[in-house]
Amino acid sequence: MNIQENQPDIAIRTVSLNLWYGQFQALFDVNLEIKQGIITSMIGPSGCGKSTVLRSVDRINERLGYVRITGAINVLDKNIYDVDVDLAQLRKQVGMVFQRPNPLPISIYDNVIFGHRIHRPPGSKLHRDEEDGIVEAALRRVLLWDKVKDKLQRKATLDLSLEERQKLCIARLLPVKPAVLLMDEPCSALDPKGTAAVEDLIWELRGEYSILLVTHNMAQARRTSDECVFMLMGRVMEHSKTDDMFVTPTRRETADYIEGRYG
Amino acid sequence: MNTRSDLSPTGNAAGDIRNQDWYVDKFFQSAMFVCGISAIVFVIGIFIFVFKEGAGFIIQQMDWAEFFLSPKWRPTSATQATYGTLAMVAGTAAVTVISMAIALPFSFGAAIYIAEFAQGRTREWLKVIIEMLAAIPSVVWGFIGLMIMNPLIIESFDVPIGLNVLNAGIILGLMAAPIITSIAEDAFKAVPDTYREAAEALGATKWQVVYKVILPAAKNGLLSAALLGVGRAFGETMAVLMASGHALTIPGSVFDSIRALTATIAAELGETPVGSDHYQALFAIGIFLFTITFIINMTADFIVRGIKNQ
Ligand SMILES: Nc1ncnc2c1ncn2[C@@H]1O[C@H](COP(=O)(O)OP(=O)(O)OP(=O)(O)O)[C@@H](O)[C@H]1O
Ligand SMILES: [Mg+2]
Repeated sequence: MNIQENQPDIAIRTVSLNLWYGQFQALFDVNLEIKQGIITSMIGPSGCGKSTVLRSVDRINERLGYVRITGAINVLDKNIYDVDVDLAQLRKQVGMVFQRPNPLPISIYDNVIFGHRIHRPPGSKLHRDEEDGIVEAALRRVLLWDKVKDKLQRKATLDLSLEERQKLCIARLLPVKPAVLLMDEPCSALDPKGTAAVEDLIWELRGEYSILLVTHNMAQARRTSDECVFMLMGRVMEHSKTDDMFVTPTRRETADYIEGRYG
Repeated sequence: MNTRSDLSPTGNAAGDIRNQDWYVDKFFQSAMFVCGISAIVFVIGIFIFVFKEGAGFIIQQMDWAEFFLSPKWRPTSATQATYGTLAMVAGTAAVTVISMAIALPFSFGAAIYIAEFAQGRTREWLKVIIEMLAAIPSVVWGFIGLMIMNPLIIESFDVPIGLNVLNAGIILGLMAAPIITSIAEDAFKAVPDTYREAAEALGATKWQVVYKVILPAAKNGLLSAALLGVGRAFGETMAVLMASGHALTIPGSVFDSIRALTATIAAELGETPVGSDHYQALFAIGIFLFTITFIINMTADFIVRGIKNQ
């Protein structure tokens, strides 16, 4: 594939994506175009394959060892299943926020700088001051700096609230300057206040990153996203501007789901 | 007197129905209780016995400074018997250090491989093989030290005797490795998979995940694995008696023969008159060993408990 001079305006494109967990087919012919620089939400009933789509885009699904796919996934016009794709490089480009905040059991500081240290060219070492700057910038970006600046060396798994942990998990993606952020129900473990705070943050990040946000919360999808994808039983049913989808859904199933007629 | 309808909650009624199951249940409960209690009774019994045999000596005859600071263990001297354990303590310590230097890298490496890299069959096979190592009786290990390691060391290093710190250290290291490996593997398994996933999603390779995330997260478990390994090496008797040369010197190099605390008891206890000073002094060594292994195991236990409460 050619290296493109001008940035493509599609961040993630899946082409006839089918995915199997062992014998079980979880995705059927998924064709998606997630645009750059905006927030796209993904909704659908439990088990419809939302997480599966996300986890395919940074190929974290492969850890399982029994996942098979056909079709293609392009991230910034590069097929991520090409043989010459470097997984570390892909994951530098694509950051993932999980449902349960999962800071690593190391210090807050080390959490934030973790990705940066990994993706640095081997042998190169940053000056402490530069690292400090990177950590501070990332934590400021997620509005966490004032809360944690006095305990940067404390273990991140000890005394942060869930909201703070989730913000930290977002902060640690930023130093490597990813293009795409995948968020799998990032607020579902949080209380309403935490949810609002993280939503604000996601909105904050809009424009700079292409964000794909899975949520079960219809109101959240409406509030935070420009476009919306509705999935059902492993298929994409509808993909349109969020406002359109919630006001005038084109498909019966979408309307049913939005109105709460599915689980 | 108890009218029971089919709708009554079974949980409440179960205790009152004295059918065969109830008796079987009670029987096994009591049997388990007796087993559990007897373990405690035995431990306390052994402790009292050892302590009783050694106490007289410790309280009356023992010269504390001599016991801990003198390298001279001459219990059978007719004119002036001395009971110094320093040489044996040094010998035991040297062997333990060498054994850990061998066992720890080997065991931690094996545990990392089994827990983080090996899959399916390979993993099962490795675990079986390591458990088989644990099943080899210590006298067989001693035999290996005596018949295989001894000539091997003499030839490889061109030293006059191959029954020494190095030999005993290698043997003890191999003996301690299975325990350390299996406890270290448990420590790695206890690290939640979400950490691995998080780190891999950030772009870490499997190795980076291991040394940047898994090792720090499992470090308490590894520490307690190491301590239990030390306890194992420290308390081992037969193999070390056969492989160490049984010479009463403070070792200056790994090629010196030594005599371990445990081996001294094993070798001498049968030939001392019951109740004599010598006999009691051996029990004093026993108490000393008991105390140290007890401290080591307790520490390991506390560390493990610390992990669980985190
Ligand atoms: N590791 C796995 N092994 C086997 N099947 C899986 C695995 N993960 C997911 N599945 C199956 O794939 C389907 C899609 O799962 P997925 O987790 O993508 O759904 P989801 O839309 O994210 O649901 P939820 O809203 O509950 O998070 C489900 O039927 C699920 O049972
Ligand atoms: Mg999901």
